[in-house]
Amino acid sequence: MEKWYLMTVVVLIGLTVRWTVSLNSYSGAGKPPMFGDYEAQRHWQEITFNLPVKQWYFNSSDNNLQYWGLDYPPLTAYHSLLCAYVAKFINPDWIALHTSRGYESQAHKLFMRTTVLIADLLIYIPAVVLYCCCLKEISTKKKIANALCILLYPGLILIDYGHFHLGFALWGVLGISCDCDLLGSLAFCLAINYKQMELYHALPFFCFLLGKCFKKGLKGKGFVLLVKLACIVVASFVLCWLPFFTEREQTLQVLRRLFPVDRGLFEDKVANIWCSFNVFLKIKDILPRHIQLIMSFCSTFLSLLPACIKLILQPSSKGFKFTLVSCALSFFLFSFQVHEKSILLVSLPVCLVLSEIPFMSTWFLLVSTFSMLPLLLKDELLMPSVVTTMAFFIACVTSFSIFEKTSEEELQLKSFSISVRKYLPCFTFLSRIIQYLFLISVITMVLLTLMTVTLDPPQKLPDLFSVLVCFVSCLNFLFFLVYFNIIIMWDSKSGRNQKKIS
Amino acid sequence: MAALTIATGTGNWFSALALGVTLLKCLLIPTYHSTDFEVHRNWLAITHSLPISQWYYEATSEWTLDYPPFFAWFEYILSHVAKYFDQEMLNVHNLNYSSSRTLLFQRFSVIFMDVLFVYAVRECCKCIDGKKVGKELTEKPKFILSVLLLWNFGLLIVDHIHFQYNGFLFGLMLLSIARLFQKRHMEGAFLFAVLLHFKHIYLYVAPAYGVYLLRSYCFTANKPDGSIRWKSFSFVRVISLGLVVFLVSALSLGPFLALNQLPQVFSRLFPFKRGLCHAYWAPNFWALYNALDKVLSVIGLKLKFLDPNNIPKASMTSGLVQQFQHTVLPSVTPLATLICTLIAILVQAILLPQPPEYLGIQPSIFCLWFKPQGPRGFLRCLTLCALSSFMFGWHVHEKAILLAILPMSLLSVGKAGDASIFLILTTTGHYSLFPLLFTAPELPIKILLMLLFTIYSISSLKTLFRKEKPLFNWMETFYLLGLGPLEVCCEFVFPFTSWKVKYPFIPLLLTSVYCAVGITYAWFKLYVSVLIDSAIGKTKKQ
Repeated sequence: MEKWYLMTVVVLIGLTVRWTVSLNSYSGAGKPPMFGDYEAQRHWQEITFNLPVKQWYFNSSDNNLQYWGLDYPPLTAYHSLLCAYVAKFINPDWIALHTSRGYESQAHKLFMRTTVLIADLLIYIPAVVLYCCCLKEISTKKKIANALCILLYPGLILIDYGHFHLGFALWGVLGISCDCDLLGSLAFCLAINYKQMELYHALPFFCFLLGKCFKKGLKGKGFVLLVKLACIVVASFVLCWLPFFTEREQTLQVLRRLFPVDRGLFEDKVANIWCSFNVFLKIKDILPRHIQLIMSFCSTFLSLLPACIKLILQPSSKGFKFTLVSCALSFFLFSFQVHEKSILLVSLPVCLVLSEIPFMSTWFLLVSTFSMLPLLLKDELLMPSVVTTMAFFIACVTSFSIFEKTSEEELQLKSFSISVRKYLPCFTFLSRIIQYLFLISVITMVLLTLMTVTLDPPQKLPDLFSVLVCFVSCLNFLFFLVYFNIIIMWDSKSGRNQKKIS
Repeated sequence: MAALTIATGTGNWFSALALGVTLLKCLLIPTYHSTDFEVHRNWLAITHSLPISQWYYEATSEWTLDYPPFFAWFEYILSHVAKYFDQEMLNVHNLNYSSSRTLLFQRFSVIFMDVLFVYAVRECCKCIDGKKVGKELTEKPKFILSVLLLWNFGLLIVDHIHFQYNGFLFGLMLLSIARLFQKRHMEGAFLFAVLLHFKHIYLYVAPAYGVYLLRSYCFTANKPDGSIRWKSFSFVRVISLGLVVFLVSALSLGPFLALNQLPQVFSRLFPFKRGLCHAYWAPNFWALYNALDKVLSVIGLKLKFLDPNNIPKASMTSGLVQQFQHTVLPSVTPLATLICTLIAILVQAILLPQPPEYLGIQPSIFCLWFKPQGPRGFLRCLTLCALSSFMFGWHVHEKAILLAILPMSLLSVGKAGDASIFLILTTTGHYSLFPLLFTAPELPIKILLMLLFTIYSISSLKTLFRKEKPLFNWMETFYLLGLGPLEVCCEFVFPFTSWKVKYPFIPLLLTSVYCAVGITYAWFKLYVSVLIDSAIGKTKKQ
């Protein structure tokens, strides 16, 4: 590759932007008594370093679970422990038991930011670079441009609180798209063990690999592959959970911490169906907890079922990526106890299809950043978010010239509109509609951002703007869910047609 | 949709580059800023709240107004915008005042003024012809040149982290260069005269302008062999040039002449009371001279040639002392530096207008190399002027290296030889700016940005000149690679050694001397290349 230097430049730009953004304020800065996610991460270092493994997930006089108790899987805990050793070396006060609560200093901020940057540099960024290099059918220049856009995606830069699981998930996708299924599933198991939210992506992985085994024939090679995969998965899980398998109560407690069912259908303002629906009808208060649980489970399951079945029947690398998007989106929209940051789990696979449907992906990524606006404002990140969003938009516009790629074919809607035209011959305005929708959506987002920043909400409705932001993003996401499902469905159909023709 | 496409500039790489760097500048807003931030705030306050007659007398703050009047007027205009941000920053007695609104206003004023710089770069890219190689966008000289200028590491850290208004001043300079390339000499002269009254450091390159305009504009024709046709001297042009310069100066200095304050203004502009070198030695000839002196005195003490009691106690590297006595080598006076600078500049200033009589070189030589690349010759001369003054000037600041780096960028895309000199000069010059940012949060930024710029400039120019001989020989490669270990030693290893308390100045000393070697080498190479070019012309002619 002659243009490797441009790739280096792109990575350096990504790193520079990450570091400059990290100079800004962080979540919960100077806000006692609970502070924010920053304090949570620091507290985990304190807990894991000072307490024996057996007490990490248990409430005790040394470990008040109400105060940012550990609620991530073991790998995150080990990671915190590792960071804690470094922290101990630099300044033991940072992780002293009890006394270090709410510790804030310039040097400590620098340390925390560095841990994130280094982890990013080691896990996430190489995965992005490799993924872009492995893309087929596009020129070197496009690969580099693609890497630039992915690295500049503002959501990940702004919520810079250890999204290592995404890095591992990306390694998983990378492994699978390079036909190293074993490595891919190992990486993905690590991702799940970093953060349980990775389960959003688990179904497509499962379906794709299962489909592949079926395709190879369950009696021959497929079975061997299946056994190998199962071994890998079990082995990696056992390895990660080893210290907690000693007692049954340990394992159960960790699981209880990981899936806090009693925390309700949703918290704060999330751009999903339940929160948006809540504007009209207070479901959260009307329905009992277990009905909410069943309701959300059923709707999630129904919404992701078609795509998953397709994937099992026709496992393809492309279909896999799109199913990742639609499954994660279904989870985000319908599942129980969703956090607004979970949209990042959808954004990551969308980044992967950036080069295939640049227009829609850019649009989606803009909406996803916008949906986190209330959160970003709370952390005083307005300026960096606006700047990085614009930078991302410019990067996408110049590297993919997205506005010229709005024909039906480039939106991957060709086969869909052809099949619709069989019944409705006048259905020729699809790409026009999408262009107008884009304009409307962008204008709404800009206006809402301006209003949120400049106007004071009326006294009766203090949350007016954040609810509006969620509602608008939710509408957008619903549209995207439909769109991605259409792509998945009709893509396989066209594949079948081609088979018939051949 | 089409309108949107045009508005966002699809495929328009130049606006993408410019917007991209502007956004990066916005991200740099919360970074560290030096005392220059307070300097400029103080000037805002002075020009806003005091009458003109007080501007150059006011001394409440230690950061008195020491830029020429146009800059003062510029601050005056800015202050009328500033009052809508925060009235308090315009109070002269509010020393070291810094609210978040003040910060935003000052940072944005720098970013906004850079529009002029972007425009100037655009104009320069139009008129500079580089070597044409590939069809790929990233291999086009125009693209490379705009990245080199717009994303210049030095400007980014000096203006947008350290805090200064160099961007638009360099914009004025580049614009005037572009105008000269476009044969719009009067405009070029006007812009440069204005620039001089914004910041007088540009006097360093004034000889190049003077001689070039005199030779190429005031003489309307050449003899067929390229030498001067003395009869073609145009008095109209000389007078109009003079008039432009005079009017600009009158506008700037007139009010102070009327107030009878000129001596005071000049005493502020040229403070010769400062020492030969800044606390941190700018990496020039004097840094090497000082270092040699240090080494000799240490050796002398060891071998008992020197009497320890006679050695002046003040150490130059302690950072506080402005005046410094050399122990072994003779001390340098301002006059000596002036003479050195003048000699260095004059030699090539004479070369530039190719009056062969002075040099005793055949008249035909220069017409070969000079005539077809008239403005290019001027550009080389300008760079050499800037670099020579940097090498030998009195109390040179390390930031002054930008004065040579930016015009040199224009040359770098034209010829492999120039590219090689440019790369050595920029890399060492930029590295020598590192001590400007010494705070921990900015450490990754400066390293990342430096790597970004250096890797890009070296690789892109290598691609551009890939068909010619390699840009660096082994010695140069070794030297440039040495910057890496130097940085590691100075910023990562040294703070953990016991020398940190005893000899805190060692990192600065090392940086300055190491960079001085590279810059001196680049200066020498540029000088030689100018002379060799003429020699090539000679052989070709024969």
